[in-house]
Amino acid sequence: MNVSMHVNGERREYDVEPRTLLVHYLRDVVGLTGTNIGCDTSSCGACTVLVGGESVKSCTMLAVQADGCQITTIEGLADGDQMHPMQEAFREHHGLQCGYCTPGMVMAAVSLLVEHPDPTETEVREGLEGNLCRCTGYHNIVKAVLAAAQTPLASAV
Amino acid sequence: MSILGNRVLRREDPKFLTTGGVYGDDLPGVGALWATFVRSTMAHARIVALDAGGALDRPGVVAVYTAADLDLPPVPAGMPGIPESMFRPVLAQDVVRFVGEPVAVVLTEERYQGEDAAEAVFVDYEPLPTVVDPETALAGGTLLFPDHGTNVATDFREPLDEHFFDDCEVVVRQRVINQRVAPCPLEVRSGMASWGADGRLTQWLSTQAPHSAKDALAGLFALAADQVRVIAPDVGGGFGAKIGPYPEDLVVAWSARAQGRPVRWTETRSESMLGLVHGRGQIQDIAIGGNRDGQVLAYRIDVLQDAGAYPAVGAYLPMLTKLMAPGTYAIPKVSASACAVVTNTTSIGAYRGAGRPEATAAIERAMDLFAAEIGADPAQVRRQNLVSKDFFPYTTATGFTYDIGDYMGALDLALEASDYAGLRAEQARRRAEGGPCQMGIGVSTYVEITNGLPDAGEFAVVEVLPTGTARVYTGSSPHGQGHVTAWSMLASEQLGIPMEDIEVVANDTDLVASGGGTMGSRSLQAGGLAVHEASMTLVDEARQLAAELLEANPDDVVLDKIEGRFHVAGTPAVARSWAEVASAAEERGGLRVEHKSSPSGPTFPFGAHVAVVEVDTETGQARLRRLVAVDDAGTILNPLLAEGQRHGGLAQGVAQALLEEVRYDADGNPVTSNLADYAMISATELPSFELVSMATPTPVNALGAKGIGESGTIGSTPAVQSAVVDAVAHLGVRHIDMPASPQRVWQVLQDSASHKGSE
Ligand code: FES
Ligand code: FES
Repeated sequence: MNVSMHVNGERREYDVEPRTLLVHYLRDVVGLTGTNIGCDTSSCGACTVLVGGESVKSCTMLAVQADGCQITTIEGLADGDQMHPMQEAFREHHGLQCGYCTPGMVMAAVSLLVEHPDPTETEVREGLEGNLCRCTGYHNIVKAVLAAAQTPLASAV
Repeated sequence: MSILGNRVLRREDPKFLTTGGVYGDDLPGVGALWATFVRSTMAHARIVALDAGGALDRPGVVAVYTAADLDLPPVPAGMPGIPESMFRPVLAQDVVRFVGEPVAVVLTEERYQGEDAAEAVFVDYEPLPTVVDPETALAGGTLLFPDHGTNVATDFREPLDEHFFDDCEVVVRQRVINQRVAPCPLEVRSGMASWGADGRLTQWLSTQAPHSAKDALAGLFALAADQVRVIAPDVGGGFGAKIGPYPEDLVVAWSARAQGRPVRWTETRSESMLGLVHGRGQIQDIAIGGNRDGQVLAYRIDVLQDAGAYPAVGAYLPMLTKLMAPGTYAIPKVSASACAVVTNTTSIGAYRGAGRPEATAAIERAMDLFAAEIGADPAQVRRQNLVSKDFFPYTTATGFTYDIGDYMGALDLALEASDYAGLRAEQARRRAEGGPCQMGIGVSTYVEITNGLPDAGEFAVVEVLPTGTARVYTGSSPHGQGHVTAWSMLASEQLGIPMEDIEVVANDTDLVASGGGTMGSRSLQAGGLAVHEASMTLVDEARQLAAELLEANPDDVVLDKIEGRFHVAGTPAVARSWAEVASAAEERGGLRVEHKSSPSGPTFPFGAHVAVVEVDTETGQARLRRLVAVDDAGTILNPLLAEGQRHGGLAQGVAQALLEEVRYDADGNPVTSNLADYAMISATELPSFELVSMATPTPVNALGAKGIGESGTIGSTPAVQSAVVDAVAHLGVRHIDMPASPQRVWQVLQDSASHKGSE
């Protein structure tokens, strides 16, 4: 079945099986492998992308459900060579180690700041509850998100 | 000015942050078939019939293979002393021994087709009696490997002298469960195999140790070592569980050869929870004795290790637990005994700390119980028994020699940073008020062994190219630790070449001649040391050559590390750059030093943690409020990276104390086989950590560095567990097993209340 959407500003259109998950559409069909898969129970958030500006676990959605939507993945967050403030903050505060949770974590964090532009530490932790990281103990991720909140445009996409 | 010791940002990060890494499942894999495994749904059963017929008709199915098709021998346990009868068949043969054990593989053109077809493989199982509990396994009523005659896989048992505790005024005994947990790297296992027309195997593996995987593959397929290439792409965490290779990897390689096409696989998380090794899994009986004035005189630990269905590394963990039994304490008499048994569960392997967290958890629990028995402050009892810093190198009662330490210093720092006295005062106030939410304080001290493998060295090559840039090849196998940044710091420091002009090459056995990989907190002190030493030798060689170019005496030539140029001391105007020297070296085979480090032995990082926990006595809910950590790993190369290692370790340690546990029902069915059921720790369950710096350089290596990868895990688990017990100690509680789930804490409180009521 034909599914089309704008991914990182580019129109993409492919014929896929109706049961294709959005995450597989993005990874295997469109070929954007930045978005990762860490579980099969919608628990880990590694697959988080923005659909119409809101963070969504792309393993919980069928590609057809995103038909006609604007999708932003980690590959579409930077402005050319200029990293997004959230990406900068993750680097500055060592918010990643193996990098596997990172794309999903960064997208979730961007969306978190849309809802809470000036979050408390507790709000950041609660906002990222659905995104698991095994490497960082979350300490530097939380630090990065709090720091990013203090820079302009951290919630912009 | 030296770059060492600075908070240098990671060079690795931009890629991960903008396009994401290239992990196993991200490989293009053009033309590759997908492998999907059919896994046992029974914990212990005989395979009476296996019919792949139904699957072969499904769309996209190319082949289905079972044990009968494979001409591969069982996988050696990789550890000495494990009987051959317990080796693991690559695919289950006749009998399955745990839920999740692969019995067949389905090869399909597309990924989704594999899942559909795997369901159509028919396996008829005849159930066998199941053994889940290690004590039942030890009793031996049901044997997993009848040919072996016992379920005991490794036996390090030592009888206890009946007079062992005779001179003690007080003896406390406790059974302690160090529960089975799942390592849960966020990336599951993944890989691909491809055979060249020349019969050469290239295999991509999500592994911590490409070179040992290469040796294993070469051995299995009876190939010369140079006929196998292993590449670890970006690896999304390992924590000991990806030392591999796994049987599935071997099946993938075999299938690729059989089909003459590349074959790839990526497991699901639910498969991973059963297929990836688990960690810990010990039943410990501890006994501690001493005097009422607080001096500990004797300590005994009996370990029963659950090795899982096919014994491997896990069967050896209790050896380490035994050796590290006395921890940081100068206890005159220590006796340790252990054995490992097989059960119908997933195999136990290495998991962050591997054998040492179990030792620390036991001795720290013992110290708390002893303190409670004599009515003393647990911090004070520890202080009284710690090995004094004047006694290093210190040989323990179990035969390890600790390199250097200041355990009292670490404890004092932790107590001071946490305001221990203030915390105790607050606790007393809250107890007096008697509210439902009570506060507990837990103190731990720890020492652990890092780089403890028999081969303590690591391989490196450092070369400078005619462009004036450098390349470092390392046998370490980074998968999140930041070795690209750290190793380029080390090389830059010696060579005077900027970090950004230094390329670090790792994780490809064709590019790096040998390597021990990354595990056991060994990388900096083994692999980093090799880079450091090779760089120094390279500078020496370059200086000789520069002297020729400058027509000077080599002894007079110096390297200006700021400019990256060689000149005669005192006359910087006439100089030769790295590029010039490297160009001149071209005809002599280039500027290149190959080196294997040889540290004189393992190192023993140490520290002290203080945890503050709040327990709701009405619901049993325990919440971690603060975690203060002093972790001394010797000289720190890059505090940013070292802190990151500590944070991650702390979180995993807390997770074991409060949340995580792999559970099976009585029939061996896993009940925590995905991330919805397994309580993997999230951001909401943790506070920000309070790290305190302490650095006592080790004399064991030139960098003064010890390992830092596992310390956080080892120290935090007992501190947090102790804090939970402490929060309800005034209600008559002495011990709560891990994880301190609300249900368990609530139950202990009920039992304690009814016990009091009946007194
Ligand atoms: S892969 Fe989507 S939540 Fe885990
Ligand atoms: S950085 Fe490895 S899982 Fe988050």
